[in-house]
Amino acid sequence: MNNLVTDIAVLVLAGFVGYTVISKVPNTLHTPLMSGTNAIHGIVVLGGLLLMSQSSGVLEKILLVVAIAFGTINVIGGFLVTDRMLGMFKSKDKPVKDTTDGPEGES
Amino acid sequence: MTQVPIALHLLRQAAPPFWQSTDFIDCLYIVAFILLVYGMTGLTGPRTAVRGNKIAAVGMAIAVIATLLRQHEFSGSGTVWLILLGVAIGTAIGIPAALKVRMTAMPQMVAIFNGVGGGAVALIAWVEFRHGFASPGQLSVTPHALGGFLTINQTTRGTFPLRVEIFELFGAIVGSVSFWGSNIAFGKLQEILPGRPIKLPGQALINLGLLAVAVASAVILCTGSHSQALFIIGILVVAAILGNMVVLPIGGADMPVVISLLNACTGLSAAATGLALDNTVMIVAGMIVGASGTILTNQMAKAMNRTVPSIIAGGFGGAVAAPAGAAGSGGGGTVRSTSAQDVAIQLSYARLVVIAPGYGMAVAQAQHAVRELERALEAKGVEVKYAIHPVAGRMPGHMNVLLAEADVPYDLLREMDDINPEFSRTDVTLVIGANDVTNPAANTDPGSPIYGMPILEVDKSGAVVVLKRSMASGFAGIDNPLFYDPKTSLLFGDAKASVSEITAEVQAL
Repeated sequence: MNNLVTDIAVLVLAGFVGYTVISKVPNTLHTPLMSGTNAIHGIVVLGGLLLMSQSSGVLEKILLVVAIAFGTINVIGGFLVTDRMLGMFKSKDKPVKDTTDGPEGES
Repeated sequence: MTQVPIALHLLRQAAPPFWQSTDFIDCLYIVAFILLVYGMTGLTGPRTAVRGNKIAAVGMAIAVIATLLRQHEFSGSGTVWLILLGVAIGTAIGIPAALKVRMTAMPQMVAIFNGVGGGAVALIAWVEFRHGFASPGQLSVTPHALGGFLTINQTTRGTFPLRVEIFELFGAIVGSVSFWGSNIAFGKLQEILPGRPIKLPGQALINLGLLAVAVASAVILCTGSHSQALFIIGILVVAAILGNMVVLPIGGADMPVVISLLNACTGLSAAATGLALDNTVMIVAGMIVGASGTILTNQMAKAMNRTVPSIIAGGFGGAVAAPAGAAGSGGGGTVRSTSAQDVAIQLSYARLVVIAPGYGMAVAQAQHAVRELERALEAKGVEVKYAIHPVAGRMPGHMNVLLAEADVPYDLLREMDDINPEFSRTDVTLVIGANDVTNPAANTDPGSPIYGMPILEVDKSGAVVVLKRSMASGFAGIDNPLFYDPKTSLLFGDAKASVSEITAEVQAL
């Protein structure tokens, strides 16, 4: 049972990390951020990979192939879309910095 | 990515055992989640965001590779091929979808990507249960193989260790809700389904009832000896209905909040799957998304002066909107419509013009036309600025992305708090496809459902020109007194066509 306790400790700490990281994001980046975190929860694809070697029966295998396909769409699609969105800001690097620093500096 | 399993397959035959040791793989997992967290930190700053995203992607790749290394009990090449098949299908669908999607369609793309993630969680939970209960002989394979930390349950009934059961059931319910909810959100944003709230009488009670049924079934499944294989399907179905029922009554305006919430839910369900499978990197990644998604959801809801519970309870636009519309100051008054030529003259002789774009501009694909108009006006010596409401578009920051796509210089974009004091010296404000974010009722009418929502105070400017498709109210379904203001004139028609027409008139002057 010790492992469960360790896992829950990891869970709680990860929660705090997530909270801290996100609490200082400029509004402008909310959409790319949502898309980026969306890609990160595609980590569930690991579950499909882990279970595949232990699955038995056609139904289970079909379900897992679908699950892995879903997870892959989530991961690859998520990261690509985020990259595309961010690429639009990239070429205008300096102005981006300008506007996002502005409101913070005033308040 | 598709090369990986083959490489591993070859590697396995010659590989020293240390590749497959739990310690080594756990170390890789640590590297993976360091990269994921570091990458995500990068995503929070405009200068580091691109790199952050790539770092996170590398972290994800390492996690996948480590997981494949762990499969030392690969039973034959069938497994490899099936994994490859799944990855290939996912890649074949994911890459083209991500590369082709238009920036305006981004919210629904995020919704659908989020949905498939939730679907994956639900399917994995289903397999876990089928597997665990249908074949008692191998029931402890999963936790055993993943570290052997749990005593093997010897009963022939085939019970999971409770931790696996509880977390997988959580994953099954939340994942299924997320999958179906996201699909509905996608349908609404894609306008396959009507954006208006679809509501049954007693909806909230029905939803609570469904949730109760799902949780009760889960508890029975944990404690009892019922036919579990069927039970889990039942739970998935109930959760699916719940997902549909929760999102259907929610109006289009609240959709970004809902997507963000579902995003957080999928994260939590991924973390639960990680707990069930004792997989650190899944726990970390899932939980970070769960936590950050929750904060993001709150920030979005706050920007709209809504609370998350009231959004989930559903239906702006339903019973609330009708009396609010009637009570709105000047509601039902007459509107003044104008022509493109008049607008062009108005704009050309102004000193400062503020453009307040909304989602209507985006759907009409008018951002490039708007940029043209801005250039034409600047050529005439008119100062032009853009006023960006935090929830303009359909997600916070969405409008910035759309305008960035049209090459609008970033220093022309003004956030709400910066632009509001400037409206008093603005000659003409051009409202393009925005409605609720400009509704003065939010400041003046305590009876309005959006009372207190921060708005762009366009009614303070000298004159207002509103480009609209029709007199239909905004997504929130609330009448906008701005349209009846004597200094407001309306130009009806498709936003892109109207803007192009105005631009042509401006250039001809």
